[in-house]
Amino acid sequence: MNRLEIRELVIDVPGRRDGRALTLSVEPGQVWGVLGPNGAGKTTLLHTLAGLRGPRAGQVLIDGRPLAALGRRQVARTLGLVFQDRHDGFPATVRETALIGRHPWLSAWQMEGGEDLRLAEAALERLDAAHLAERLVSTLSGGERQRLAIATVLTQAPRLWLADEPTNHLDLHHQTAVMALLAEQAGEGRAVMMCLHDLNLAARWCDHLLLLYPDGEACWGPRESMLEISALERLYGQRLASAEIDGAAVFVPVR
Amino acid sequence: MAAAEPGARPMLASRGMWLPLAVLALAGVVALGMSLAVGSASVTPEALWAVLRGEGDALSRTLVLELRLPRALSAFAVGGLLAVAGALMQVLLRNPLADPYVLGLSGGAAVGALAAMLAGLGGAVISGSAFAGAFLSTLLVFGLAHGTGSWTPSRLLLTGVVVAAGWGAVITLMLALSPSDRLPSMLYWLMGDLSYSRSPWPPLTLLLGICLLLIPLGRSLNVMARGPLQAAALGVNVRPLEWTIYVVASVLTASAVTTAGSIGFVGLVVPHMLRLVLGNDQRLILPACALAGGTLLVLADTFARTMIAPEQLPVGVITALLGVPTFLYLLYRSR
Repeated sequence: MNRLEIRELVIDVPGRRDGRALTLSVEPGQVWGVLGPNGAGKTTLLHTLAGLRGPRAGQVLIDGRPLAALGRRQVARTLGLVFQDRHDGFPATVRETALIGRHPWLSAWQMEGGEDLRLAEAALERLDAAHLAERLVSTLSGGERQRLAIATVLTQAPRLWLADEPTNHLDLHHQTAVMALLAEQAGEGRAVMMCLHDLNLAARWCDHLLLLYPDGEACWGPRESMLEISALERLYGQRLASAEIDGAAVFVPVR
Repeated sequence: MAAAEPGARPMLASRGMWLPLAVLALAGVVALGMSLAVGSASVTPEALWAVLRGEGDALSRTLVLELRLPRALSAFAVGGLLAVAGALMQVLLRNPLADPYVLGLSGGAAVGALAAMLAGLGGAVISGSAFAGAFLSTLLVFGLAHGTGSWTPSRLLLTGVVVAAGWGAVITLMLALSPSDRLPSMLYWLMGDLSYSRSPWPPLTLLLGICLLLIPLGRSLNVMARGPLQAAALGVNVRPLEWTIYVVASVLTASAVTTAGSIGFVGLVVPHMLRLVLGNDQRLILPACALAGGTLLVLADTFARTMIAPEQLPVGVITALLGVPTFLYLLYRSR
């Protein structure tokens, strides 16, 4: 299974008309990229899909069951979200932070055990952050925090991944590593949807794209049909030039 | 290295949890023993031990069991209640400056209790009225801070400060209107005083009960401390948990205020100190707060009884004298 279905969904962006309702299905093994300019509603869409805010209309279904009918804990066992913003509360180490990904899997009376710790450490290792385990989160760089956020969701081990700009703050190598990780998750039968600002990462790593326009219009489909240069120029209000490099389309803004 | 910083203590409570709790419990027992032995008439350790075994002379028995023990236990309960309430509010607001006093809960409870006292009511009505005051404060602060948008911790804190100032004005008004013969006891009670406390068992039972209630919520509170959205994404039912924390903090504060009046700084300083030493796992911090807060207030009350004996100081003055410099020092050291 691992299917995320969106039916006639209208997200609630304050002060915007309804626009086009979204009806699509993120199937197991698919990697969806959500593209759009600032304020188009990408983050709002992901939060709506995770059940963190209500839609204006329509429905989200996880494996055929309406999201609204599932308990928060059950949702958290199925669906993981990499946030764009993070707030530091009280001081915590990197290991502790990764370990909270196990929260939905433990009963109220259970303590984190050796197995949980092992999963968290493996996730940190996978994100090239094992050497940071003892560090306080507040001492990390932006890119290190970003990798920690992804490691936390990896510890959570969801079947559906939602990621809000997962390559934010990352250097080129780690951008590629994170995209490869998400592609690998999809390759193992999970479903992935992420917001991206980098058109070229989307063109390279996503197999489906959803374009969100600032006025509420939207279009979606397989990558090949969506990477229409005129549609992308209209999306960003920016003239683009395109070429094929290393087997993928590359877009560059034209001055 | 960052790893050597106090806040970087490992969280895995199951391994290292019992040692700090045992140390704090021992400190609590020592403090209680001291408060029983020290006072206008000293009781030697041997005599104290005899009394606790059910022997000893009648005078020592009366002094220890009927006068000092109830008061010491009340002090322990109140200190524990205030420290746990403070720790809970800090998790809720993700801000170490949150405290039942800062957010106006104590003020509301004090107004409720004073109103009941002015009306000549007693006992359970005072407690109920104090809880109503604390909870009204909660509703006011949460409701007003929420407004049309979502509440932010800073907005909530500001609302709490303003509401607390408002309660302060109401208290002053009530004192101005109250008959002068009742004034000294009310004033003393407002500064925090344990000599009027009745049976220590209700607040002690409440403290124990709340600590047990919080055990299964501990990990959810850890997740909540990372922000409501993150908590929701990890499976926490955020709104019910927030309201639980607020109601529990209101009950704890109301119980503390009706037992001993307004005692400040315990809810601020104790959790802060413990977090610096023990880290931020709420499963450890909350029971540790109950023990350390209780110990601190027992010591402070013993001090208040004996420093200028036979006169007594309001214990709130002692906690402020201890709390302000400690807090400033900790703040200075951590930056």
